[in-house]
Amino acid sequence: MKTVNEMKLSFISKSANESFARSAVAAFLLPLDPTVAEIADVKTAVSEAVTNAVVHAYPDTFGTVIIEAKLTDKGHAVIKIRDRGVGIPDIKQAMEPLYTTSTDERAGLGFAVMQSFMDNVKVRSTVGKGTTVTLEKNFIRAAYGQK
Amino acid sequence: MVDMTYKNGVVTAKLYGEIDHHIAPRIRGDIDAQCEHSRPSRLVLDFGKVGFMDSSGIGLVMGRYRMISLLGGKLEVVNVPPNLQKIFVLSGLEKLGVMK
Repeated sequence: MKTVNEMKLSFISKSANESFARSAVAAFLLPLDPTVAEIADVKTAVSEAVTNAVVHAYPDTFGTVIIEAKLTDKGHAVIKIRDRGVGIPDIKQAMEPLYTTSTDERAGLGFAVMQSFMDNVKVRSTVGKGTTVTLEKNFIRAAYGQK
Repeated sequence: MVDMTYKNGVVTAKLYGEIDHHIAPRIRGDIDAQCEHSRPSRLVLDFGKVGFMDSSGIGLVMGRYRMISLLGGKLEVVNVPPNLQKIFVLSGLEKLGVMK
């Protein structure tokens, strides 16, 4: 698969940027001719990953969140959401549905949503160094060469 | 955000726009203030005009379920648009019997 487009986005971990981040990624994916449902899936998954960075990676401060995305000629999108925050001590536990460390009204469904709405989700994290969430999705119409 | 009406013991909260972690606390504050003031027997959350929602919206519903139960009332979730069905199904909220 050949990469046909790439982008990199950097912003501070303010909750107001959650909307900006998901909309920017959705706009980047438009050349893949996504369906309304596919775009909704990606926006929701990106929103979950960015919210995790805002809430958990930088709990008492603001830090940088970086999104890198790539599109291939086969209609495949890879979206990485990276922070340099506190990291996740136990990724398996963090990904369990309903698990949350937040005292706020969080449903604990962030990773469950990402896994359900994307084709592949990978999480790499080092305590004290940060977390990278990689989201992947195949776009049906683009894969069949219409775009 | 949210528009609210109170009539015959029912608070109806019409949600609109996008619901995420940034917006949800404001909606929560508005709904809880209205319910604490009106003490309704029923709180209706109308999702008909919501264009986007992530799991923050699920947290919002779960929290309102707890809040209205503590006040002795019932919760109803109505008009969930097709684009939000997937996240509602994933959340298991239908098991609470609040989806109408």
